[in-house]
Amino acid sequence: MGSIKDRVAIVGMGCTKFGTLWDKGPTDLIVEAVNEACEDAGIGLDEIEAGWVGTMFGTGGRSVSEALRMQYIPFTRVENACASGIEALRGAAYAVAAGIYDICLAVGFDKLKDEGTSGLPGNENRTNTMYKSSMPGSFAMMANKYFERYGLSMKEGKEMLAKISVKSHDNGVLNPKAHLRKKITVEKVMNAPIIASPLGLFDCCGVSDGAAAAIVTTPEIAKKLKGDQVVYFKALQISTSPTTGRVLTDYDYTHVEESYRAGIAAYKEAGITNPREEISMAEVHDCFSITEAVTMEDLQFSKRGKVKEDIDNGTFRLDGKLPVQPDGGLKCFGHPIGASGIRMCYEMYLQLLGKAGERQIKNPALGLCHNQGYEPFAPTVSICIVGL
Amino acid sequence: MIGITSYGAYIPWHRMDRQLCLKAWGGFAIPGERSVAYYDEDSLTMAVESAINCLQDFDPEKVDGLFFATTTSPYKEKECAATMAIPLNLRRETRTADFNTSLRCATTAILMAYDSIKAGSLNNVLVTAADIRLASPSGMQEQGLGDGGAAFLLGNKNVIAEIIASHTISDDLAANWRADSDTFLRAWEDRMTQDEGYSKILPETVAALLEKAELTTKDLAKAVFDPPGDPRGHAKAVKDMGLEPGQVEDPYKLFMTVGLTGCAMAPMMLAHALEDAKPGDKILFAGYGNGCNAFIFQITDAITKLPERKGISKYLANKNPMEKYNDYLRWRKIIQLEAARRQEQQPIRVSAIWRERKQLMGLWGVKCNKCGTPQYDNGCGTTTPIRVCAKCIAQDDFEDYCFSALKAKVFSFTNDQLAPSIDPPSSVVLIEFEGGGRAFFDLTDRVADEIKIGMDIEMTFRKVFESRGISNYFWKARPAR
Repeated sequence: MGSIKDRVAIVGMGCTKFGTLWDKGPTDLIVEAVNEACEDAGIGLDEIEAGWVGTMFGTGGRSVSEALRMQYIPFTRVENACASGIEALRGAAYAVAAGIYDICLAVGFDKLKDEGTSGLPGNENRTNTMYKSSMPGSFAMMANKYFERYGLSMKEGKEMLAKISVKSHDNGVLNPKAHLRKKITVEKVMNAPIIASPLGLFDCCGVSDGAAAAIVTTPEIAKKLKGDQVVYFKALQISTSPTTGRVLTDYDYTHVEESYRAGIAAYKEAGITNPREEISMAEVHDCFSITEAVTMEDLQFSKRGKVKEDIDNGTFRLDGKLPVQPDGGLKCFGHPIGASGIRMCYEMYLQLLGKAGERQIKNPALGLCHNQGYEPFAPTVSICIVGL
Repeated sequence: MIGITSYGAYIPWHRMDRQLCLKAWGGFAIPGERSVAYYDEDSLTMAVESAINCLQDFDPEKVDGLFFATTTSPYKEKECAATMAIPLNLRRETRTADFNTSLRCATTAILMAYDSIKAGSLNNVLVTAADIRLASPSGMQEQGLGDGGAAFLLGNKNVIAEIIASHTISDDLAANWRADSDTFLRAWEDRMTQDEGYSKILPETVAALLEKAELTTKDLAKAVFDPPGDPRGHAKAVKDMGLEPGQVEDPYKLFMTVGLTGCAMAPMMLAHALEDAKPGDKILFAGYGNGCNAFIFQITDAITKLPERKGISKYLANKNPMEKYNDYLRWRKIIQLEAARRQEQQPIRVSAIWRERKQLMGLWGVKCNKCGTPQYDNGCGTTTPIRVCAKCIAQDDFEDYCFSALKAKVFSFTNDQLAPSIDPPSSVVLIEFEGGGRAFFDLTDRVADEIKIGMDIEMTFRKVFESRGISNYFWKARPAR
């Protein structure tokens, strides 16, 4: 099996402000993100040879080629639910690694606020879904089970989760591109209205519009374009569920097996043996606070059942040992489905190049992005590790 | 010997104190309470639960007839009995039929079952009856009605109540009716309909029946017949027939607790009477409505061997008081409510629910022949039907495995405030079945705050949604009771 490590470089990235962008259409978002990426890379649109598009509600590769009037070159839409963003990055990176193209574009976008629904559009009203649980509901069941398994009272459990959201908001405040930029308190999180018990409003990520883009190329071209201001892929791994978690009794519903396995594969690809020590920072798929909690364990940042200790110790805060969600995460950016994976990578890219402003982490070497699509018992998880 | 070989009943868990109607509308409240089918119940689901209780110790493969009596069929065109045969695991060759429109259609179905067995055409006929009649809000009829069902298995082996005589009178009087386009019940003035209808026809039918059977009222251990729209008419009929009050199955037992359950009223009263029936008892049973059907049952020794079941008494004791009259309006969709700001329900796909009917309505999964793992998958699209074992990845090496009668426990749960629900929050559970297998289900007939991991669960057949005029049935989890 081959490896992506150091074979493909990111030379430009762009990301719109995320939010309830009532006056912006998908085209606005795509053009803005791609223009920023091209400007950053120092290339024109005409130098792009092929594109991959991650979107849930957009359709076809045409959604981007049309917005940018790209001239008859291949554009492909990829979709893996909420993990579509990294899926698009992977398509573009693999095409370069394969030696077929020199410069490729990856774009992720979604115009979620045109769906007219509260929260993420869910499964509960699909004709073939025979029980009525929203996305928050599917993750709430993981929280209830986690509390029960590890003997946390409702108060202890909710407090642990609240600290995750408080930390992300502390970071989001520092980020001009984040949607939700307000400090919150543990007390406020714990007393917020329930969305799906035990998860309250502040345990759930926002619902936003946004787009993000990346230009990827060969290390040789990257050096010519950017000198040493280049970020390299160290790992790109995806684990897709056999969807047995809701059928077999051996799934514990207190972890996400696909995150664990994608993590192991990514660490192997990147040559990482001690993730907690070697990973400098991470952007993980905190669609809900409980998702971030178990992801810390699945990625081996925390020991099984012990994430609470790391949360209490501030390990994942911006000034902690292993900052997580330095940009504010899905919590503060919201989750325009296809955009999120590339938005995560955008933050890692800025941090690695020392361009993260007030949020800058000291001398990061490796950043991990974790993008999860679907429910905890049946997801696709994409992990992308980038570094200098 | 031909007659009843088993019986079952069903009363919804939710009961509305009639004082709630008074609070909502003013006026006068009839004493007592009425049953209210939950938002996911209809006549078909109530009949299915009655039938499941009735068949609890009987091999469904041996049933060769299924008759469903209701005046509140979810369909004008489409048979309900054919639907019910699937959750009841009856054979395709079962003779299915719906009996509709008259309040005595359940007793007509019993007569037809008897005749089919007597003719040698059928051997074991399951007769089910349920009603969920709607009266216009604010009236006395709304307070007086109730929802419920009953089921009887008729056959010629192990008969507990032999039919020794029957008699029928047909009568065209429109005492109460609903036109094709009517949602709510209509009725003619009580005095006239009782004087010329119930109070005349019922005694006349019973008198002719007793004469036919060469019996007098003194020979009867019990007389079981449904009351009219104004239940006080029942006492007059008792008197006119020359029955002693002690001989009569008191209709107020059900009227004060459940209400008038339409065509299921007489069957539910009979199911209740059978709980205490003794070998040798002769029971008069009659159902009124556009005429009258009357029977004499002779109770046999076999009744003492009939295993215990969830009968009327257990369902009566097992109840949850409704807090608000408005919930009744909401559950029956009598008024249009603000929609949740969520995606609309996708329209039903008849082809898909037909293709997966056994798995969805029958709750059949598979058990792997290689590794022995039971597994159920309620879809979400790409994983049904199960072709590959979730455990050992063996392909197409399964035996069918039914989950509907299995006990289960809650593995995890949530009360979801975001998912649209007619009675929010939407309570969803991941349950593990005794013997293996797990799946997500809606939890129905629950108190949301009382759900706990480890809670005991039983399955119940419910309507999950309506789309394009189709009632989509599936199973839900329910706290074991």
